[in-house]
Amino acid sequence: MSTVTVFGLCAAAVASLGLYGLITDPRPLRKIIAFNLLGSGVFLLFGVVGRRGAAAGIGNDPVPQALVITGIVVAFSATALAIALLLRLFQTTAFLEPSIRAAPGDDPDRAAS
Amino acid sequence: MSLARDMMTVAAVSAGAFFFLAGTVGLLRFPDTLTRLHALTKADNLGLGLVVLGLLPQAAGLRDGLKLVGIWLLGLLAGATVSQLIARAARHGQLNR
Amino acid sequence: MSIATVFEIVLAAVVLGLGVWTIVVPETFSATVGFVAYGLLVALVWVRLDAVDVALTEAAIGGGLGGVLLLGAAARLRDADLMAEKTPGTLRASAAALSVLMAAALAGAVLVLPDPAPTLAPAAVAKAGATSLSNPVTNVLMAFRAMDTMLEKIVLLLAVVGVWSLASDFAWGGRPGPRHEADPRGVLVFLARLLPPIGIVVGIHVLWAGADQPGGAFQGGAILASMWLLAIMTGLADTPSVSLRWIRLILVAGPGLFLVVGLVGLLFDDAFLSYPPALAKPLILGIEVTMTLTIAATLGLLLAGAPERSAQP
Repeated sequence: MSTVTVFGLCAAAVASLGLYGLITDPRPLRKIIAFNLLGSGVFLLFGVVGRRGAAAGIGNDPVPQALVITGIVVAFSATALAIALLLRLFQTTAFLEPSIRAAPGDDPDRAAS
Repeated sequence: MSLARDMMTVAAVSAGAFFFLAGTVGLLRFPDTLTRLHALTKADNLGLGLVVLGLLPQAAGLRDGLKLVGIWLLGLLAGATVSQLIARAARHGQLNR
Repeated sequence: MSIATVFEIVLAAVVLGLGVWTIVVPETFSATVGFVAYGLLVALVWVRLDAVDVALTEAAIGGGLGGVLLLGAAARLRDADLMAEKTPGTLRASAAALSVLMAAALAGAVLVLPDPAPTLAPAAVAKAGATSLSNPVTNVLMAFRAMDTMLEKIVLLLAVVGVWSLASDFAWGGRPGPRHEADPRGVLVFLARLLPPIGIVVGIHVLWAGADQPGGAFQGGAILASMWLLAIMTGLADTPSVSLRWIRLILVAGPGLFLVVGLVGLLFDDAFLSYPPALAKPLILGIEVTMTLTIAATLGLLLAGAPERSAQP
C-alpha cells in the first residue's frame, strides 16, 4: 500500500465519520466539532491528490496545498463565528453560566478543567 | 565517522523511543493524576531530549542543531508549566480521576 | 512492506481512532480534547504527504488555536449537554448508511484516481523566477493565486464583524470576553512573561523563512496571536475595546494593502494584482508583513469572541 492509498482511505473514513456525527449528534457544539472533522477529511483528500501530483522536485502539488492552507484558516474563522453564535444563543436562553471568572490565586485554566 | 554518527543516532533515538513508550504505558496504567504526571514527564523531558540528542549528529549545520536544542528547551518549558497547572488542579480536588 | 508504510498505517489508524472517539464519546469536553489530539496527529500526516506548509498551518491553527476555541466553548457550555434529546434510532441508522456510502464513494475515488496524476507543480516551478521566492506554496498564495488569498482575508474580516455584531446592547463596542485574572506569582503568569519574547521571534522567523522554506504569513500570524492570547489569559493584558480605531485599522490593513496593490497593478500593469517583476519581491514582502499583523489580530479577536463588557468601566 502506498502513502496515497493509506491516507486516502483514512481521509475518506474521517470525512464520513464527520458526516455521521453532524447528522446524529443533537448537541450544537458536537455538531461544530463533527463539521470540522468532515472538513479535515476533505482537506486530507486534497493533500492526497496533491501528493500524487508531485513533480518538478516538489513533493506535493503547491496549488492544492495553498487551497488547503486557505481552507484551514477559513474553517477556523467559520468555527469561531459558529461558537460565538452558540454562546450568544445560550446566553439569551439562559443556559450559560455567567462569564467564568477566575478568582485571584486561581489559574484561569482551572475553570476549564 | 559517518558510521559512528549514525550509531549514536540509532542508540539515542531508540533510548528516547523507549522512554516515550514507558511514559505512555505509565500514563495509561498509573492509578492517579500525580503518578501519571510523573510518567508523562519521563516521556516529555527525557524521551524528547534523547531524540533531539540523537538527531544532533544528523543536523546540517550549527543553526539546525541550535534549532533542535531550542525545540527541546521549549518542550521542557511547556511540559513543566502544564504539569504544574495539572498538579495544582489535582491538589485542589478538581480532577477526580 | 517497508517500515515507512507500517508507520503510515499505524498513524492513519490512530488518526481514525481519535476521529471515532471524538464522535462517540459522551462528554463534549472529552470530545474536544480528542479533536485537539486529532489535529496535532493530522499535522504529522501532512508531513508524510510532503506538505510541510500545510502541516504547520494545521498544527498552529487547526490543532492549536482551534483547540483553544473549542475547549473554551466546551467549558462554558457544560450544562448544555444535559438538555439534548436523544436522536431516534431510524435517523441514526440512515445516517450511518449514508456515511458508509460516502466513505465507499470517496475510497473508490481515491483508488481509481487517473494516472498520471494531473499536476500544476511544474508550472509553479517554471514561473518561480518571476517573484524571486523559492517556496512554491508562498508563490501560489501570494502571486499566482493572490486573488484567493485576498478574498480569504476579506472572509476573515467578515467573520470578525459577525462575531462583534453578536454583542448585547450594553456591551456594544466593548471589550470581548471575560476579564481573566491569574495568580501573579503562579506558573502560568511566569510562562506568559517568559514565552512571548521567544514566541514573537519565532513568529517573525516563520514569516521570513516562508519566502524560501515552509512557513509564511498564516503560520507566523498564528504564533503571534497565541502569544497575545497567553498574555490575555493570564490577565497581563486585557482584550482591547473593539471600537478602538487602531484595532480596526490593523484589521483592514492586510486586505486594504492587497486591494491597493491590486488596483495599482490594474492601472500601471496589465491586470488586477499583477506585480511588476522588478518590484515583485518587495511588494509581496510588504503585503506579507502587513498580512501577518492583520492575521494575528484577527485570529486573536476571533478567539476572544463577542464583546461582553462595556467599554467604559
